[in-house]
Amino acid sequence: MTRFIARRLLQAIPTLFGIMIITFILLRVSPADPVKLMVAGDQEITEEDKNRLREGLGLNKPLPLQFVDFTWQAIRLDFGNSFYYHRPARDMIFERIPNSVQPVLLGLLVGVGVGVPLGFVAAVSRGRRTDHGIRVGTVVLQSTPDFFLGLLMVLFLAIQLKWIPIGSMNVVGEDCTMCWDRAWHLLGPVLLYANGGLAFYPRLIRTEVLEVLSQDFVRTARAKGLRERIVMFTHVLRNALIPVVTNFGGILTIVFAGSVIVERVFNWPGLGRLFFDGLVNKDYPIVQAGIIMSSFLLLISFVMRDITYALVDPRIKVR
Amino acid sequence: MATQAAAVQVVQPWEQRRASANFWSDAWWRLRHDPTTMIAIGVIVLLVVLALSADLLAEHFFHWSFTKQNLAQAYRKPALEDPAFWMGADNLGRSQIVRLLYGARVSLFVGFFGMFVTMTIGVVMGLTSGYFRGKWDDFVVWLVSTLTSIPLLYLFLIIGLLFRLDAFVLPLFLGVFGWFGICNLARGQTFALRERDYVTAARTIGASDRRIIFQHIFPNVIPLLIVIAMIDVGGIILTESALSFLGFGIQPPQPSWGNMLSDAPQFYFRGAHLIYFPGILISLTVLCCYLIGDGLRDALDPRLRGATHVRVK
Repeated sequence: MTRFIARRLLQAIPTLFGIMIITFILLRVSPADPVKLMVAGDQEITEEDKNRLREGLGLNKPLPLQFVDFTWQAIRLDFGNSFYYHRPARDMIFERIPNSVQPVLLGLLVGVGVGVPLGFVAAVSRGRRTDHGIRVGTVVLQSTPDFFLGLLMVLFLAIQLKWIPIGSMNVVGEDCTMCWDRAWHLLGPVLLYANGGLAFYPRLIRTEVLEVLSQDFVRTARAKGLRERIVMFTHVLRNALIPVVTNFGGILTIVFAGSVIVERVFNWPGLGRLFFDGLVNKDYPIVQAGIIMSSFLLLISFVMRDITYALVDPRIKVR
Repeated sequence: MATQAAAVQVVQPWEQRRASANFWSDAWWRLRHDPTTMIAIGVIVLLVVLALSADLLAEHFFHWSFTKQNLAQAYRKPALEDPAFWMGADNLGRSQIVRLLYGARVSLFVGFFGMFVTMTIGVVMGLTSGYFRGKWDDFVVWLVSTLTSIPLLYLFLIIGLLFRLDAFVLPLFLGVFGWFGICNLARGQTFALRERDYVTAARTIGASDRRIIFQHIFPNVIPLLIVIAMIDVGGIILTESALSFLGFGIQPPQPSWGNMLSDAPQFYFRGAHLIYFPGILISLTVLCCYLIGDGLRDALDPRLRGATHVRVK
């Protein structure tokens, strides 16, 4: 097992390198000039000032050297000070991570907790009305853009029914992470995040359960005279649950991308919101730190997914 | 005469179907008998026709161009008397229905053109890496795993900040960074197909690599690609609308369904119709694309059921 983990961690290194190259090309080699972005709109800046700025940022060096600098900065997670807040971008991001993780994890939990049983029910009642209903529902959910769903939630749940607040994280003056006030504010974002799992898992579990149902060991279990409930839960469901783990990576990507939208719709001060504000303010260090660190987080979650997968499924051999 | 007429009556439905049993006509037969897919195709065709005739309709029917403002009509609710205000007016008093028509142009063009780009890159990468293997395959796999580890929406937002995206450039970028799902599928298929006996046979009689790829492998990947294509279109329309909603996609005054929603918080209390119509249109279009994809899968190859859980996002 240790060897498997070590191997998987080693495999992550080239990917890390790839992430660095792509972000570097995008941020440094593209025709867009970071210095121009920094001083956009400032009339009094002269060419000389710009050159000094370039030198200060190390943008005059040859590209390979710049890449080395860039990578070294990223490894130390040192992205410089935010142009807008004049504080280290790294600190600002670390402050926001817990804010983002809380609704994401809860949303994922709700998505899996509701999506998996729905898929199971659909598979068991295959071809009947329940099955069709669940399938139509998930396809509709999948084709609705997250932001539109969020806007609808604000319109109906917040403005019409007043069940959830319109936005933000706490009532003014309150500042707590584990309390009723926060839970109330969490409802909207969590439901919106859960949508990703709700649209994704029922279909997946349905296919998987049907697949397992046609296997020999299920027939054997039934032939032995086991009760249907035991066959369903211990033989079928347990095997069908494996792809829930393997598809965690995919769902995480959706959730990650979703954080920009969810946090904008509900005005939630998390990572996605910080990144988005950074874009609007042309705050280069925040943008750079945002994409690199979120890629790192995603990569770490992929590695963790693979390790969990190996733990859950004994058929995965340590290669 | 009489005997001929009797013979026609005896022909059973399945025999009629047998009469034209090659792969494509068989698939077309199955598709024609699938009402859901036919309705979805109808909706998409209708939207394409409306989008193409947006100029004509705006000038001769609605008498209202997509930039024409009338502040006196701001937030006007949908009403039937004036065609231009069938779907109400926005915060600047512009006709929403005309803007939605032009938005359909953007969404559909971006969706289909983006699909074309992702398909081209994905298929070329997938076929070649699956066929040649070795170093090139390692490289492609590395590229794919790298692209999967970057949250793509973040990447597209940065691109939206650095470049001015219009309806032509945006799908190019969406394609350049969005091809890996298709590549993985094409690669997997190629892996399996290149071991088949008929490929070995072709090789023994001296067929070149190019001939094997194009004549023997590619045609067998096409059915899968057609299915993925429509799902891909839906996914790309979703991404475009999300980017435009966030203000980093299609820029106003060019209307797109996504950027018509970017001021949505202002509309909560005064003009909910400005949220419903664009949102429902996006969902409907994407839904139809997914349904067509599903229908095509069932029509082309029932064995592919469940093989296509792709969400390009």
